[in-house]
Amino acid sequence: MNKPVNQKAWWLILPVFLCVAFSAVLPLMTVVNYSVQDIISPERRVFVGTEWFSAVMRDQDLHEALWRQLVFSFSVLLVEIPLGVMLALSMPATGWKASATLVIVALSLLIPWNVVGTIWQIFGRADIGLLGAGLRKLGFDYSYTGNAAHAWVTVLIMDVWHWTPLVALLGYAGLRSIPDAYYQAAQIDGASKLAVFRYIQLPKMRGVLMIAVLLRFMDSFMIYTEPFVLTGGGPGNATTFLSQYLTQKAVGQFDLGPAAAFSLIYFLIILLLCFILYNWMQAVGTADKSEGVHA
Amino acid sequence: MARIDLDLAHAYRPNPQQDSDYALLPLKMSFDDGGAYALLGPSGCGKTTMLNIMSGLLVPSQGSVKFDGKDVTNASPQARNIAQVFQFPVIYDTMTVAENLAFPLRNRKVPQAQIKARVGIIAEMLEMSGQLNQRAANLSADAKQKISLGRGLVRPDVAAVLFDEPLTVIDPHLKWQLRRKLKQIHHELKLTLIYVTHDQVEALTFADQVVVMTRGRAVQVGSAEALFERPAHTFVGNFIGSPGMNFLVAQASQGQIEIAGQVMLLAHGQDLPDGELKLGIRPEYIRLRTQPSAGSLGAQVTQVQDIGTYVLVSAQLAGQKLKARLSPEQARPQVGDEVWLEVLSRHTCFYKSEELVA
Repeated sequence: MNKPVNQKAWWLILPVFLCVAFSAVLPLMTVVNYSVQDIISPERRVFVGTEWFSAVMRDQDLHEALWRQLVFSFSVLLVEIPLGVMLALSMPATGWKASATLVIVALSLLIPWNVVGTIWQIFGRADIGLLGAGLRKLGFDYSYTGNAAHAWVTVLIMDVWHWTPLVALLGYAGLRSIPDAYYQAAQIDGASKLAVFRYIQLPKMRGVLMIAVLLRFMDSFMIYTEPFVLTGGGPGNATTFLSQYLTQKAVGQFDLGPAAAFSLIYFLIILLLCFILYNWMQAVGTADKSEGVHA
Repeated sequence: MARIDLDLAHAYRPNPQQDSDYALLPLKMSFDDGGAYALLGPSGCGKTTMLNIMSGLLVPSQGSVKFDGKDVTNASPQARNIAQVFQFPVIYDTMTVAENLAFPLRNRKVPQAQIKARVGIIAEMLEMSGQLNQRAANLSADAKQKISLGRGLVRPDVAAVLFDEPLTVIDPHLKWQLRRKLKQIHHELKLTLIYVTHDQVEALTFADQVVVMTRGRAVQVGSAEALFERPAHTFVGNFIGSPGMNFLVAQASQGQIEIAGQVMLLAHGQDLPDGELKLGIRPEYIRLRTQPSAGSLGAQVTQVQDIGTYVLVSAQLAGQKLKARLSPEQARPQVGDEVWLEVLSRHTCFYKSEELVA
């Protein structure tokens, strides 16, 4: 078969190419540029090769931040996904109650990140905050500014409060797409509630939950604003996650070279983890691939 | 296995005022133990509603459902021990074919050995033995629906198996095969089968007794022959048969009947209420005459179609249309011919306000 050759089509992708170049490739290349040079002053710079990379890789603080970040992100998934699914299952399916629930559940998603941080900062304050003062009244010596564990848990709960509704909404959408016939058939087949969840609802939600896991993982892995507002990374380094660490390096200490090198590593870590997660989830449910064809 | 008695009505909205508010108008009906029934009617006539009420997925807004004389109106499908197959295949994606078939038994804690034996029998019946260990999600729509059918049939002790247009998604050639299979299963297992469909061929070939429904009303219950020969309602005459029964507006008085100005004498002894009637005659039973004869009407041929196995002649008399089926060997008239159509015979039915009177 002879395909017509028409090189003019290249012109059609030029706008996209330019957009991507300016929005992604060029900024990324400046980072690459920083990462291989030691910039002493605007006039003086030294090419250092991979020196920053090896320095960053051996940095103890970074290892700790990475470890903290991984524990945090997996905790987020571990709490938010089951909680979101439970929420989705208990939301009403029809009527004004369904609409009302949707709006209420979605509320926290509409709040800007730094406002979330501020809300929790006040909410958790030991002197005037409802949560902080309440816990103190109950005899619990709570302080997110003084106690590392309290700070870490508070950031986690804040993220759960902020983002579980996203998982719930996605799960809800998945649930609503299950035709009634499935529930009726399960009833006829004598399936228990648990069996309905295990064999109908969960498999049908798999697709949206996969998206939820990926979104929540990526987002929590890049978390910055909320802990910045709430704890500023402290006490000590208890809530210094990767973004925090990076900002301290780049903006605080103005170590542009190591910060750039680390940015690239950070980017690659996220890419790699998402790749692994995605492939793992695909492998878990390969059999569902031909799904979605039937009514 | 059970005898099912219905005496109920159902409306999806509260406080039904008029007939159109009801999905099912008040009806009384019995399904004998071990019978093969079909619920036949156009979409939206209430047949699925009736099926769901029998299975317990739906509680009727008034009246009762009885299984073997026991009131089960508010009992769940599990308690009624009923099986139902739906229009679109329902399969459990994460399970294999065998696990799918075993699911209704496993939920009822049937011993493992018995489950295995039963699944084997059903798979054999549906010719799926070779696919038992495949993931059900990857199969074609046909195979998925076969699994759904299998799940409906796998329990040997069910009160009845209800089918809600189960063959809609199946290829025509496989449809015949599966329908034969169901018929065979009915003979072997002696289960009560109730089959919902809007396809008259499907209903008439499958069932011993067909319930014809329209607009929430069961207008006739009978064998295929009864529905064809003596439709109790003009709707049945029209719905069953291809093409449906011809209806002519007629005036009856004192042993005579007048249609579009032509008067015919009724056969001796035939008694009709006076006044406006409808004469119904199946296209199969109309005889074509070239000369006037007793019980025939003059008409003009408007169309002659060769359908292959028969010739369909359309004719018109004073604005009323008639269709007649002729065998291909018969001499066929030309369009525009004046012909005589014999409409009075022992196959003729008469209707007053849509109900059969003679």
